[in-house]
Amino acid sequence: MINKKVDNISEALKGVSDNMTFMFGGFGLSGIPENAIADLVKRNIKGLTCISNNAGVDDFGLGLLLHQKQIKKMVSSYVGENDEFERQMLSGELDVELIPQGTLAERCRAAQAGFPAIYTPAGYGTEVAEGKETREFDGKMYVLEHAFKADFAFVKAWKGDAAGNLIFKGTARNFNPVMCGAAKITVAEVEELVPVGELDPNQIHVPGIFVQRIFKGETYEKRIEQLTVRQKS
Amino acid sequence: MTVDMLDKNGIAKRIAKEVQDGYYVNLGIGIPTLVANYVRDDIEVEFQSENGVLGMGPFPFEGEEDADIINAGKQTITTLPGASFFDSAMSFAMIRGQHVDLTILGAMEVSENGDIANWKIPGKMVKGMGGAMDLVASAENIIVAMMHTNRAGESKLLKNCSLPLTGVGCVKKIVTNMAVIEVTPKGFKLLERAPGVSIEDIKKCNRGRADY
Repeated sequence: MINKKVDNISEALKGVSDNMTFMFGGFGLSGIPENAIADLVKRNIKGLTCISNNAGVDDFGLGLLLHQKQIKKMVSSYVGENDEFERQMLSGELDVELIPQGTLAERCRAAQAGFPAIYTPAGYGTEVAEGKETREFDGKMYVLEHAFKADFAFVKAWKGDAAGNLIFKGTARNFNPVMCGAAKITVAEVEELVPVGELDPNQIHVPGIFVQRIFKGETYEKRIEQLTVRQKS
Repeated sequence: MTVDMLDKNGIAKRIAKEVQDGYYVNLGIGIPTLVANYVRDDIEVEFQSENGVLGMGPFPFEGEEDADIINAGKQTITTLPGASFFDSAMSFAMIRGQHVDLTILGAMEVSENGDIANWKIPGKMVKGMGGAMDLVASAENIIVAMMHTNRAGESKLLKNCSLPLTGVGCVKKIVTNMAVIEVTPKGFKLLERAPGVSIEDIKKCNRGRADY
């Protein structure tokens, strides 16, 4: 067994510095690497390019990095629910690249899987395709989208082991598996770090080969963005 | 003159009639979400949410919500027996690979050739397209749910969209508070009128080529 376990968060994030490109798993606030984000806030490194489906809310998730003006550029599919984000974007302080959600996922997966680029029909004929190569296959038009290049991928899983194997829970899975192995270094934080051998190999979502460092997150707030319930009748 | 137009639930109820037995359906945010409330209970349908769940159920009871189980609108949800979770790449494989049978989404504008705009108002609203561009570029069967006119009373059915596009030539059917309209090679074709709405009322509101 190749050991990926690191003793503390400081070791997990060793090597992060100004002007790097990071990937962050999560959809909304679900499945975000809360502990890695908290540590990046403490380190206060700047000029970051962040690839993440969303940009958090004003006081949580990537919103915390935005608040300290640590982010130079966001690559996302949807950035509502964040006033500070909107302010920085409209004032020109923050560079924003909005791309289709499936394209975001596939550009991560391409990096993970060794494809330099992929063709997708998403965005053809829209401003998303401007300046990009397009090509016809069987009578339908597609846009060439390149694999991401990132320094670190920060992902969050439910359970993991020292071999780096990961299991996710519910829709907190989202972008996390496709970001594993899509950057030079993948740092996985987990709610439960279990002894090697405890996870059933049949149930592993991401094999440890895609993960370089794994640690147990100290705490998880797991904030709910839109609490929606029905009444018992 | 007052016209007896449908409300949001009325639009959702009408769209629910388009949902057939055995369909996998993706519902957008807003009116489309309401469609789930009106699907006949004698047919089997599974709802897909692009953040990674198939077999979505109703909202949870208070106290039973789980931060790890949400829909694409970030609302807490439940799952039904037979449900599954998956990552974002697999989710869009379902969408791009045309495994999802029906996509229902909202729009700001639709043009007579089926172009749709629903993600950006330059200078005013830039929240992003989320999964909408992937959905409209791939789905064979797209129904737009929207009000017929905007807040200023101007038609949202146009000759050409004025807003940045989400997709080109993709919308097949539009259900509004006034009418059900098909997008054909000849432009908009009126299929149904809402109760109490006349052809004249609809004509006044359309800007694209239309066949009544």
